[in-house]
Amino acid sequence: MAKFLIPLALFLIAVGFLFKGLYLDPHEVPSPLVGKPAPVFTAPVLGDASKNFNSADMKGQVWLLNVWASWCGACRDEHPVLMAMAKSGQINTYGLDYKDTDAEAQAVLDANGNPYKAIATDMNGKIGIDYGVYGVPETYVIDKAGVIRYKQIGPITDEILLTKIVPLLKELAR
Amino acid sequence: MRKWFIVFLLFTSTVLAGEAKPLGEDPALEARLKALSQELRCLVCQNTTLADSGAPLAEDLRQEIRQLMREGKSDKEVVDYLVARYGDFVLYRPPVNNETALLWFGPFALLLLGGFVLFRVLKKHAGDEEIKGEDA
Repeated sequence: MAKFLIPLALFLIAVGFLFKGLYLDPHEVPSPLVGKPAPVFTAPVLGDASKNFNSADMKGQVWLLNVWASWCGACRDEHPVLMAMAKSGQINTYGLDYKDTDAEAQAVLDANGNPYKAIATDMNGKIGIDYGVYGVPETYVIDKAGVIRYKQIGPITDEILLTKIVPLLKELAR
Repeated sequence: MRKWFIVFLLFTSTVLAGEAKPLGEDPALEARLKALSQELRCLVCQNTTLADSGAPLAEDLRQEIRQLMREGKSDKEVVDYLVARYGDFVLYRPPVNNETALLWFGPFALLLLGGFVLFRVLKKHAGDEEIKGEDA
């Protein structure tokens, strides 16, 4: 009996690993920055280059940093979710316009709406490197102490918003 | 005549291809960059090294590494800089730690297990032969 059960058990373990593997996305590389202080940056504000956005000013509030660009197709898919988040009035979303031009970014916002409280610009991608950005869109949830608590790689979907981001924001707001 | 014209076009059209990007001024630094970036993975096209990748991010990162090297940073400091941002994933040789222990030692564990099973099976069969021998 055992002779038959041992190979079966090994087979089921292998199947278990392979099955799990089906749902893993190799493009999702876990960020070492989660749990660490968010890199502080100062950058010109989109649409008003005379003003600077300083991430240190965000201390004391929970906020989202959404990295996007006008040339990014997946950002268009994510856009309605960001708009809904902005409409709720519960979520502080700030944008980081990554390797883009002001005019093109502004054109996208004019056409589709602006879900951001403010947008910092990162035209040469230096801030992106500090945040370990390797594909847009990416979103960081940053707590009151300025620590990155979550990183979303790829677009925020309704499901991710409801199951991951909203519960986390509720916890962090306390 | 027409054939020769096509041949002429084939030869001259290569002139239209883009020029190679100029290397940085310092050949020693470029050699160091090349050696190091062959050990690093590009995050955009994940089966390509940072040296070979044509992704814009890879270009930015090579530029960043050049900058760090000019500032006098050692190879280890440059690697640490990248690992701090992108994680161990950028390394083509993953470090030995708790998370990668299974990766490093799993094959040896399987080898030992296989050896043990083989030993048991062979021993059992050897026993069978002996019994048969006694019967004969």
